[in-house]
Amino acid sequence: MFEGISNEAFVLGCSAIGAGIAMIAGLGPGIGQGYAAGKGAEAVGRQPEAQGDITRTMLLGQAVAETTGIYSLVIAIILLFVQPLLGAL
Amino acid sequence: MEIAILAGDKEIIIPDSVINFVIVGILLLIFALVVNKKAKDVDPEKAPSTFLNVVELIVDTVNNFVISTMGKHNLRFAPYILTLFILILCSNLFGLLGFTSPTSDYSVTFSLALVTFGIVQVNAIKSAGGFGKYLKGFLDPLPFLLPLNIAGELANPVSLSFRLFGNVLSGSLIMSLLYSFLGYLAPIIAPPFHIYFDIFSGVLQAFIFTMLTMVFIAGATEE
Repeated sequence: MFEGISNEAFVLGCSAIGAGIAMIAGLGPGIGQGYAAGKGAEAVGRQPEAQGDITRTMLLGQAVAETTGIYSLVIAIILLFVQPLLGAL
Repeated sequence: MEIAILAGDKEIIIPDSVINFVIVGILLLIFALVVNKKAKDVDPEKAPSTFLNVVELIVDTVNNFVISTMGKHNLRFAPYILTLFILILCSNLFGLLGFTSPTSDYSVTFSLALVTFGIVQVNAIKSAGGFGKYLKGFLDPLPFLLPLNIAGELANPVSLSFRLFGNVLSGSLIMSLLYSFLGYLAPIIAPPFHIYFDIFSGVLQAFIFTMLTMVFIAGATEE
C-alpha cells in the first residue's frame, strides 16, 4: 500500500492528519465559551443594569478559556506551514 | 517588503510584519505630536475644538476605566494602557489596508507581552518590598509548589502573546483561504467576513490584551 510513496510525501500527509487531530482541542473552548455566554445572559436577565460589567467579565473569562484552543491552533499551524518533522528525515 | 541585513557572513531577514509595526508606531508618534501641539496652542478662554474634545473623551474614559479595574493608586499606568490599546488596535486594523498585519508575527506579539511581563515583575518586586521578599513569595503557600509557581509566572507572557498571535493569524489565514476559494466572487462575499475577522476580532483582542495587562499589574501591585 505504501510502496509508491516517497518519505517526504508520507511525512507531509501525516503532518496534515496531525494538524487535523490537534484541532479537535477546539471542542473544549467552544463548550466553555458557550457556557460562559449562557451564564452571562442569565446574569443580564437577573440584573439588566449591570450589563456593561457582566459583558466585560464574560469577554475576559472567554478570552482566558480560549487559550487551550489557541495552543492547538498554533500547533496545527506549525505542523502545516513550518513542517518541523521534514527536518527529522 | 522585506529588509535583509548582512551581519558578517550571515544574512538577517526582517519580515514585513515587523516593518509594518514600526510604521504603525511612527504614525502614532506623529499623531501624538500633533495632539500635543494642538493641546498646547489651545486658547483656554474659548471652547476646545471637536478634535481635542474627542481626544479628551478618550483619555478621560481610559482614566476612569483604569481606576475602576485597578484602583486609584494605579492611575499612573493609564498612559501605558492607552498606548498599548491604540498600538495593538491600529496594528490589528492595519491588515485591512492590504498589508501584512503586524500582530500576525509572533516576534511582535511576544515583545509586546515581554514589556507587560517586565512591568509586572518590577512592580511585584516593589510591592513585595525587596528582591528577597519577592523570591520568598514563590514559596507560598507551600515550599514544594515552587516549580509550579515559577511555571505559572512564566506562562503569563506566553499565553498572552499566543492569544493575540493565534487570533490574528487564524483570521488572516481563513481570509486568504476564502479568497482563493471564492475567486471572482470574493469582492461580493468577503466583506462580511472582514467585519468579523478583522474589525470585531481585532478590537476584541486589543481590548483583551490590555484588560489582561491591567489584571496582571493590579495583581502585582496590591498591598
